[in-house]
Amino acid sequence: MQQSATTMREGAAVPQRAATGGTAGAVRRRTRGGGVPVKPLILTLYLVFLLLPIYWLVSMSLKTNEEILSTFALWPQDLTFANYAEILSDPAWYMGYVNSTIYVVLNTVISVSVALPAAYAFSRYRFLGDKHLFFWLLTNRMAPPAVFALPFFQLYSSIGLFDTHIAVALAHCLFNVPLAVWILEGFMSGVPREIDETAYIDGYSFPRFFTRIFMPLIAPGIGVAAFFCFMFSWVELLLARTLTSVDAKPIAATMTRTVSASGLDWGVLAAAGALTIVPGALVIYFVRNYIAKGFALGRV
Amino acid sequence: MQTRPVNQKAWFLVLPVVVLVAFSAIIPLMTVVNYSVQDTFGNNQFFWVGLEWFDDIIHSERFHDAFLRQILFSALILAIQVPLGIVVALCMPKSRFWTAVVLVLMALPLLIPWNVVGTIWQIFGRVDIGLLGKTLFSLGIDYNYTQDPIDAWVTVVVMDVWHWTSLVALLCYAGLQSIPDAYYQAARIDGASRWAVFRHIQLPKMKRVLLIAVLLRFMDSFMIYTEPFVVTGGGPGNSTTFLSIDLVKMAIGQFDLGKAAAMSIIYFLTILLLSWVFYTVMTSSDASDRKPRG
Repeated sequence: MQQSATTMREGAAVPQRAATGGTAGAVRRRTRGGGVPVKPLILTLYLVFLLLPIYWLVSMSLKTNEEILSTFALWPQDLTFANYAEILSDPAWYMGYVNSTIYVVLNTVISVSVALPAAYAFSRYRFLGDKHLFFWLLTNRMAPPAVFALPFFQLYSSIGLFDTHIAVALAHCLFNVPLAVWILEGFMSGVPREIDETAYIDGYSFPRFFTRIFMPLIAPGIGVAAFFCFMFSWVELLLARTLTSVDAKPIAATMTRTVSASGLDWGVLAAAGALTIVPGALVIYFVRNYIAKGFALGRV
Repeated sequence: MQTRPVNQKAWFLVLPVVVLVAFSAIIPLMTVVNYSVQDTFGNNQFFWVGLEWFDDIIHSERFHDAFLRQILFSALILAIQVPLGIVVALCMPKSRFWTAVVLVLMALPLLIPWNVVGTIWQIFGRVDIGLLGKTLFSLGIDYNYTQDPIDAWVTVVVMDVWHWTSLVALLCYAGLQSIPDAYYQAARIDGASRWAVFRHIQLPKMKRVLLIAVLLRFMDSFMIYTEPFVVTGGGPGNSTTFLSIDLVKMAIGQFDLGKAAAMSIIYFLTILLLSWVFYTVMTSSDASDRKPRG
């Protein structure tokens, strides 16, 4: 219901606004009157602040090392893709991206799939110790990875999972599962309980109801939860580096090690950094509508 | 919330999560507790020392300094990012196309691996090859984050603002989106000022998301490790050595297991306590706000 209202509002926003003049935008425009457009100005300044360092990284990745160190120019004078070519042709580099992607996807799938039933239980039922359990889960989101680095290393070495993708994926569950439960519980609480009851009366079994009716209803929530799991797993380095050495080494760790080994190859370093932004940018692009609508539907 | 039926079978739904998190949280935590009360001279021979390590840590100057730096850092981060995030959220454009563009651009820093964030700022701030460093230098400002503690602090704080303000802004924007247009229409009929609209309509509606934002930002800034480690390495001197950096130095660098374990436990308990305080304060003020309105 709420979702359809939101979509309708957004879809019909322009003609409606023109007709009634009663929307928020019109109020603000009227009270401010003419003068400097403050809001777009603030927003533009903020976006410039966000994009400048990224631009500098990308521009640096398109320069040769000599140019980086000798001349100072706002854009590459001598455009080169050699830095990217070096990364994409060397398995030691590009396997880092593959490894990272594997454990991030594994982690997202595991986190969301175990969190779904748990979040349903928390949002629909009371049971022995539910509040304590929920809080205990959240405390794991608060645990500093630095505390867990050494014990994780010993634990996964002792069960023979050291330097595997699954080890990193499981380790990242420590903070991603509680977060996924938290987000999904919020979205599920927004769905009226009458829907469940009606479905059970209609003879749906729990698994069928859950997958056929309930999951589509909270699809934006699943999208947002998956987005956050992907994000926190993709950006984490401390645990990922501690738990891997060769076979599952993430790209982030490859970067730190190569820098210290081969001196300061700024161009390649910048190119590697620029390439790590790409998967994130793709994911954001695909979930952009979920982010805006999804948050609003859930916890608010 | 109060009308949820009691159903003990719901435990079966929670079981996978409990097993998974227990495996990845309780076992390692027990290891830490084990180390914190024992000492070793190698050869895997441990003997009981009780609370000596805790005593050591609590009275060590090094821990006090790192702790104070950490508190100062988190306080600065919250004081800058929360208001800035709200302002940015209020400035979001109305048109659908521009909203999508701005959202995608804003979320970019959130999905950059943390060490790359460090690398970006390391490059950006360098006096010889960085845009920021070079610009400041040519303006006559003596800026060098590898030598001056103040500059190092400014760099680390600005980097974190760059990195995480978008998260606060995104959450606040979602909160603002959930306000029905009718509220604004009513405010307009009443002739409410811009500030009144913000204070009595937008801020209360954002309370829930702000709680999440403050908690997330507090927890994450309190355990920050990678970004300052890449940029400053905890230096110059120890001026940007936050708790996590100090802990890793102690545990992996010096292999001082007992001390590191004791510090881990104090560290973890501090985060728990402070998060609980934030949560309680913010939810109770929420409840007292709601009562008079019914």
